Amino acid sequence: MKKFINHPDAVVREALIGLSAAHPDLRVDLDGPYAARADAPRAGKVALVSGGGSGHEPMHAGFVGLGMLDAACPGEVFTSPVPDQIVAASRAVDGGAGVVHIVKNYTGDVMNFQLAADLLGDGGIEVQTVLVNDDVAVEDSTWTAGRRGTGATMLVEKIAGALAETGAGAAAVAAMGTRVNEASGSFAVALTACTTPAAGRPGFELPEDEMEVGVGIHGEPGRRREQLLPARDIAAMSLEAIMAAKPVASGEDVIVLMNGLGGTPLIELYLLYGEVAGMLEAAGVRIARNLVGDYVTSLDMAGMSLTVCRADAEMLRLWDAPVRTPALRWGV
Amino acid sequence: MDASQARAWLYAVADSIAGQADHLTQLDAAIGDSDHGVNMNRGFTAVRAALDGAPADGVRGVFTLAGSTLVSRVGGASGPLFGSALRALGKALPEQGDADTAALAAGLRAGLEAVCKLGGAVPGDKTIVDAYAPAVDAFEQAARAHSGDRDGGLAAAARAAADAAQQGMRDTIPLQARRGRASYLGERSVGHQDPGATSTWLIFQALADTVTTRRP
Repeated sequence: MKKFINHPDAVVREALIGLSAAHPDLRVDLDGPYAARADAPRAGKVALVSGGGSGHEPMHAGFVGLGMLDAACPGEVFTSPVPDQIVAASRAVDGGAGVVHIVKNYTGDVMNFQLAADLLGDGGIEVQTVLVNDDVAVEDSTWTAGRRGTGATMLVEKIAGALAETGAGAAAVAAMGTRVNEASGSFAVALTACTTPAAGRPGFELPEDEMEVGVGIHGEPGRRREQLLPARDIAAMSLEAIMAAKPVASGEDVIVLMNGLGGTPLIELYLLYGEVAGMLEAAGVRIARNLVGDYVTSLDMAGMSLTVCRADAEMLRLWDAPVRTPALRWGV
Repeated sequence: MDASQARAWLYAVADSIAGQADHLTQLDAAIGDSDHGVNMNRGFTAVRAALDGAPADGVRGVFTLAGSTLVSRVGGASGPLFGSALRALGKALPEQGDADTAALAAGLRAGLEAVCKLGGAVPGDKTIVDAYAPAVDAFEQAARAHSGDRDGGLAAAARAAADAAQQGMRDTIPLQARRGRASYLGERSVGHQDPGATSTWLIFQALADTVTTRRP
């Protein structure tokens, strides 16, 4: 598999060098490594710190900036960051009003952020944690590690980040993040596997006429493999799975994220969004806000994830609040 | 076990993991995210470098340094789990000097408890624990049975632990994963050998090789 890289071991570091060169609003510490707002720490503002494996760009470093994250810790590709870098990032942006960690629900992420929160607590920095677990393809049961954190992570980071910008306290910011997570459901379908730089070949083989249903964002196979269906049926299957787990009533507002997993052309995402929009309209649900594009990716995987968040007026107001990050910017 | 044996064990683990990194990554590609070999190799390469740069300390210092290095350098679930196991092993050993086989058995048990506490896994979940738990049981039994040996039963215990870990690793194949990333696959995780259990076997195999070849 061909890639624009110099050496598999250097991919994360060299991408951060590029991120830093492209975005002077960020302060990129290559030794952490982490990316922080150049104007952090800001006295009296709750600091939002997220992170996770690399390979999901623009998440998370692309969401660092005004109205969203204060810092992001990129791990190796698909590997959670280590406690030391989470501690370093949290200390770098702590403005004295507390730190909120936004953590996707994966075994490794949860462990490393927990170890970091313990270390920070020992050093006098109180950490509140928002756990994101929006992927409805996985049953939340004793038979699994629990639902995965996927597309809703960026909604949590946007809305909680906007609240933090208003001067709200850490508990309120964390509670808002949790509210957004609970209001959100996601479901993903893949047409190809992805290829990590280190492995150099796709994680699995998928015949031309088949698709992986219920995939995550780490190139792992999905819950099941099925015959490829028309986009309309894939959109319907995804929306039904989300609505079954996170029902939305007629007359309610939603934010819809039609997200590409890295290897899907925008034309296909818009086609899928059109299908979803039609189905929601038929159900009397109003799409108050939407995003279509690559926001939470899985390297070069051809695939899509749909996220539906039942949004109240406060969430929508915070969604509309100014944001200035590499990957999301409006109102400024 | 003295500090030089402890170091030799960890160097042997680093060699073994480096040689098996591609195999571990392939196992992970089937039911995970294709990075287990890469992560373990990065971690134990860092352990080797840390030990090279550290003074010849007691066994306790060797294992706690190795464990802290894994926690700091690996990430994912493997870093905290294997790192915590080695740290707990070290902390259970005497502050100065060597560890006898009974102390090592207690340390390995403490490491297992750390893994179970941090990861929440129990035997049968298709994880590290499925190789680690039987290995500790076998180590304890053999250590007691062979306590009269010239080496205090270390070689016999290590060999028994490696064999039990290998069996436990193989026994993960028919299991459905209930922890970690493989659990997202549900029934599709059945039929694949767990990468974490495989690394666990490599670690115990390296222990057996180290203590049987160095101190016959």
